[in-house]
Amino acid sequence: MNQTRRTFLQASMAAGTVAIATSAGLLSPRTVLAAWPKKAFDASSLADAVKAIAGSDKTVNSKEISVEAPDIAENGAVVSVTVKSKAANTEQISVLVPENANPLCASYVTTDAVDGFVTGRIKMRKTSDVIAVVKANGKLLTAKKPVKVTLGGCGG
Amino acid sequence: MAKKKMKIRAWADKGSATVKAIVFHPMETGLRKDKATGKKIPPHFIEELAVKHNGKQVLTCLWGPGVSKNPFLSFRLKSAKKGDTLQLSWIDNKGGKDVAEAKVK
Repeated sequence: MNQTRRTFLQASMAAGTVAIATSAGLLSPRTVLAAWPKKAFDASSLADAVKAIAGSDKTVNSKEISVEAPDIAENGAVVSVTVKSKAANTEQISVLVPENANPLCASYVTTDAVDGFVTGRIKMRKTSDVIAVVKANGKLLTAKKPVKVTLGGCGG
Repeated sequence: MAKKKMKIRAWADKGSATVKAIVFHPMETGLRKDKATGKKIPPHFIEELAVKHNGKQVLTCLWGPGVSKNPFLSFRLKSAKKGDTLQLSWIDNKGGKDVAEAKVK
């Protein structure tokens, strides 16, 4: 009984610290939507990363999604990638590079107010596919584009 | 602290707007080594960037170390018109943050 009480106290104290930090504005200048998904960004395999960010790894190839990236990227440190989604109710667009140490590069949580279209620049360690995973209507739609990298961008 | 800056441009066109933004940030992965000392440079990257349109949150970008240095972002905003306010705010893994506003042109 005492043991349970101890565990409970520890847990509630830990939670309390986070709450105080948040209310003091230490953690966020924004409205907190969701905690930054550390697990997803730390995942070292593609399947784990997709599962952690999108909640499932059951993806379906779709023609509604298109990935635009250069065929050959001279500098892997800056690869411009555009993901377009024509699927209705696009909720989330994630960009992954399987050959990177941590495949998940970026994830965009969209709302009705924006088109299913984002452009960003990512780093690529070496020649690889760029994979877009789009969450729409509860389904995971995916598309990919191979990009040849002549100079790696992740250092090390 | 590094100099914090953002550039935001937005153009209205046929009822929607194209938004382009660059955030000046080193985006260190934590994998790179300092050539002079041989020590690893600690990770320093933006974790989250939020976009607000007239005060309403419309887009949240969750970024990892895989996003390039000085990250660029572009998207289309539906039902936006000239004079609308856009606000971008970000927070990085070291607690650094910045907020910037721009008007749709």
